[in-house]
Amino acid sequence: MTQEMTIDARGLACPIPVIRVKKALEGVARGRVVVLVDEQVAVENITRLAGYMRCSHQCAACEGGFRIIIEKPGSGGEEP
Amino acid sequence: MRTNWKAMMPPVVIITGAILGVLGAVLAWAGNPPNMGLCIACFQRDIVGALGLHHAARLQYLRPEIPALILGTTLAAALRKEWKGRSAPAPAISFLLGALVMIGALVFLGCPVRMTLRLGGGDLTALVGLAGFGAGIWAGTLLLRRGFSLGRSASGSRVPTLVLPVLAAGLLVLLFIRPAFIFFSAEGPGSQAAPVLASVGAGLLLGALAQRSRLCLAGGIRDLLLIRSPHLLVGLAAALVAAALTNLALGRFDLGFSGQPIAHTAHLWSFLGMALVGLGAVLLGGCPLRQLVLAAQGDGGAFCAIWGMFAGAAVAHNFDLAASPAGVPVGGQVVVVAGLVTCLAVGWSVGET
Repeated sequence: MTQEMTIDARGLACPIPVIRVKKALEGVARGRVVVLVDEQVAVENITRLAGYMRCSHQCAACEGGFRIIIEKPGSGGEEP
Repeated sequence: MRTNWKAMMPPVVIITGAILGVLGAVLAWAGNPPNMGLCIACFQRDIVGALGLHHAARLQYLRPEIPALILGTTLAAALRKEWKGRSAPAPAISFLLGALVMIGALVFLGCPVRMTLRLGGGDLTALVGLAGFGAGIWAGTLLLRRGFSLGRSASGSRVPTLVLPVLAAGLLVLLFIRPAFIFFSAEGPGSQAAPVLASVGAGLLLGALAQRSRLCLAGGIRDLLLIRSPHLLVGLAAALVAAALTNLALGRFDLGFSGQPIAHTAHLWSFLGMALVGLGAVLLGGCPLRQLVLAAQGDGGAFCAIWGMFAGAAVAHNFDLAASPAGVPVGGQVVVVAGLVTCLAVGWSVGET
């Protein structure tokens, strides 16, 4: 089942946004995680994590920071 | 699926680490204390002494590397539009953790930067410190996974963030005019210094690079443990290799456990001192170098941590807690253990959802 969740990590110091995103991605088999952050360094760290976890991601500036959308493709999209 | 090597090993982090290692070795060759071309903890301690806030007569000098590093960071952050005011979510805890990290570093005799430079000079006693540093970071990652957080900061005015760079510029002015109320050691490590302009140039360059690369020596091990990412650890590795090669080229590489400069062989306390540095650094969100960089680009929490480090340096020498090559005083041993317990208690009890 595809799940979607939003994490508001604005104002949290690194690596806490990364830990929360990792926990969220590990908690779903397949789905979408939307993350709100307010620092460029958090964007870099979270998109790096998404890359490691073989998830696609896109980032856009939004009011008060950035919105990162991470798609976890499920077991079919992972490396065997 | 192909591995993204650039994300795993960012060139800017490797370059920053390598330049840190080379400059660390070269500054020691140029006059700074041996295996102490750069040390965030020791140099803050020397500044505290120069200002008369501790009275260890051999450890007083307005080390220009620290204010130059602050200014280099602020300039780089301003150019990259990353110089922003952020409030401190937990100022008292940041101050306390900063002070404990400083005391841990002064029991080991070096911050993570100097630990790396000591290893790069062949000082194998620093391996014990590295093991302790790793153990402290590991404990910190468990607390992070459990939900530790200092809380949320808020964006704020840039005006208060001018305080640190203005103070840094003031320290450099005091160094050049050398007024009578500033103390300068006549002997000991405080009397050993590279030419001022070399130190200023190195500090400016490293500040800018550290801002750009986000290099953090605690973050390297932390991110490897937490998210299996070596992207910061390659900076530490590059610094170590570059320092070792530079020391070999300068004929200053001396491999061994005994007779190492400004180091002791109280291995248990090297381990525990650096464990305190590692644990405190993870809770703060970065090693002393990273705290300095964050503070210089406007982070209020890191600003509190830096003042905690200054206070910790004064306490460490006024109350005879700091180590010397002769060993670690009992007071230092007690405070390191108490500091570890305090960090664990803080990490266990503080958090927000």
